[in-house]
Amino acid sequence: MALPVYASPLERVWYYAFRVICALVFVFLIAPILIVIPLSFNVEPYFSFTEKMLALDPAGYSWRWYDTLLTFGVNAPEDAVRDGSWWAQVWAEATWIKAAKNSLWVGFWATILATVLGTTAALGLSRPEMPYRRLITAILLSPMIVPIIIIATGLFFAYSSTCLPQGNILADAFSPFLSAKGCLANTHLGIIMAHATLGIPFVIITVTATLSGFDQSLIRASASLGASPRTTFFKIIMPLILPGVISGGLFAFVTSFDEVVAVLFIAGPDQQTIPRQMWNGIREAISPAILAIATILVIVSIALLATVELLRRRSERLRGVTPQ
Amino acid sequence: MADVSQAPLQTADGRPLKAALAKAQARAKRRAFLLVLPLLAFVLLTFVLPILQMLQRSFYHDGFSANAPATVAWLEEHPQGSEIDETAYAALVSDLAAMQKAKTAGAAGTRINYTYPGTISIFKEAAREAAKLQPPYKAALVALDKKWEDPLLWVTFRHAASPWTTDFYMVSMDLRRSTDDGLQRAEPEMRIHLQLFVKTFGLSALITGLCLLLAFPIAHLLAILPMRKSNLLMILVLLPFWTSLLVRTSSWIALGQESGIVNDILVGIGIVADDNRIQMMYNKYGTILVMTHVLLPFMVLPLYSVMRVIPPSYARAARSLGATSWTTFRRIYLPQTLPGIAAGSLLVFILAVGYYITPALVGGADGTLISNLISFHMAKANWSQAAALAAMLLVLVLILYWLYDRLIGIDRLKLG
Repeated sequence: MALPVYASPLERVWYYAFRVICALVFVFLIAPILIVIPLSFNVEPYFSFTEKMLALDPAGYSWRWYDTLLTFGVNAPEDAVRDGSWWAQVWAEATWIKAAKNSLWVGFWATILATVLGTTAALGLSRPEMPYRRLITAILLSPMIVPIIIIATGLFFAYSSTCLPQGNILADAFSPFLSAKGCLANTHLGIIMAHATLGIPFVIITVTATLSGFDQSLIRASASLGASPRTTFFKIIMPLILPGVISGGLFAFVTSFDEVVAVLFIAGPDQQTIPRQMWNGIREAISPAILAIATILVIVSIALLATVELLRRRSERLRGVTPQ
Repeated sequence: MADVSQAPLQTADGRPLKAALAKAQARAKRRAFLLVLPLLAFVLLTFVLPILQMLQRSFYHDGFSANAPATVAWLEEHPQGSEIDETAYAALVSDLAAMQKAKTAGAAGTRINYTYPGTISIFKEAAREAAKLQPPYKAALVALDKKWEDPLLWVTFRHAASPWTTDFYMVSMDLRRSTDDGLQRAEPEMRIHLQLFVKTFGLSALITGLCLLLAFPIAHLLAILPMRKSNLLMILVLLPFWTSLLVRTSSWIALGQESGIVNDILVGIGIVADDNRIQMMYNKYGTILVMTHVLLPFMVLPLYSVMRVIPPSYARAARSLGATSWTTFRRIYLPQTLPGIAAGSLLVFILAVGYYITPALVGGADGTLISNLISFHMAKANWSQAAALAAMLLVLVLILYWLYDRLIGIDRLKLG
């Protein structure tokens, strides 16, 4: 919106002042996120720019904190030759690599669970005949609103008290997924279920938003042309809502990938995730290695955001909603 | 012709149309519900049931009732107000001796300790000595510690005699029992809970206000810019939204700590002396600063979605009728943004009240909120006390959630 010709001098000043204020708020929003990227290359163990860094002297920068991510927790001499066996050892032992593996494993299954259950439910919730829609929606979205500490406390009680006794048929069937005592505490399954619950609201919101522009007559058209409900779902509905489903899935993944409180309460030493490891790092001695992992995560989130934006635009194009 | 209109309409296969329609509608309802059912069952299992279990914990503690059966039996036989005679002390000593064998004196003492501080040690001491004590037991116990003849201690026993109790809510509301079994305010140094609730609400309100102050101009700018430009700027709002909370918190620590960049710049410019750097992390200013940053996108998005659909012609009409730009803003534009302000503020406030991670990491001692106290009690294995505080927080959040659903509608929440 350009400045109108009838603007008074005061309004002219305000017009530019307003833009300066906005610029400052945007700096406040984005600077703390981007600042970690150069800082993570600091050769010194400080959280500030050294004079060498400011002078853009290559000697002020290094990969040492990224190297720490690989070597932390590995029982190998520092000057070990980095051959195949060294890398194999790092892959198996390094604390951050193990945490990354756990995070990806938990995140993947939590996303699958949340996306499948959430999409099915969103399809039901967006049907006009759905009974008690408002109440059920409120219940299904509440994991997003209820403080995480309350959810984690509840899960702690539930997972440590409800155990399947040995010899129970169910306990035998699920024994690979349960702890030695037959409980969900300290298991991957327990965390996956908790993280899926936390991700479900995001899937429901994005898929419902996609379905709100969905033309129901397409389903009738498909049926009148002789398609079975199955065919209609996979050939008509699914391609149209897919962008929403994928965005919801990405939201669910990010939720799991960033979740630390539930992990603190219900996970054991074998389920240390990246956020859990960061939590340790921040609480104990915060070293620039935290900034190195933070930089990697910022780059991941930029990639995810770009994907979601592209999907949203594609979805709007498909549904014929063009931005005005 | 009149006969035909009287007869009920029928479907092709001869059923009344009304019944067929009702049946079809019931089937459609059932189908819709069946689609939702698996998720509903899952959420009940992993979310609703655990929270109910937590609520149960907040009313239940059997540390004393399970380990002091003789004392419990004596209390059941003697109503409130009876004199605590030698038989009561004999029962107590026999329980203490049994506790020493079963190593449960700590558990029983802990239960009493919640409402009568300082009893864990006297329970353990008395249990150690119980086998050697000689009648009269009252004198023997009092010789160990004066507290044993305190009538208030016996009032406390009476309330701990049943595993079901509201004592943990009493403690959470900074109340304690008086000798005549009434309720009174806790000692001043024990009144920490209500104060913390008030502080949590105060800080959340302040953070909500700051978010509104910062979000309003940029939401307005995003709404008036052409779509192409505003989409680009929107990414600057959405990127923090997608970035890990721990990343944002740790980068704020890097920025804000004493030897961090912000202080370095301020010292460099000369605003702040090098030996007098600003403490903005690990205290309540850290909590306020970082939480404002973290919650800002939740304010921008609802504001933006309301502002985008406000027609600019209203403002132009007001101006053409002679209103100043300030009047136009105050009388025309601001009222139209109220739904967005309400939605954003309520959402930010709800999220802030239950915040845990940021205060725990940058809050220090005076920047912690109610969630951090819950976590503290969990770490100390005070399950029931943690559960009672969590239940109170839950009720407050659910009231706000209900309000949000009534005013705005939870199904209208959008993410980007």
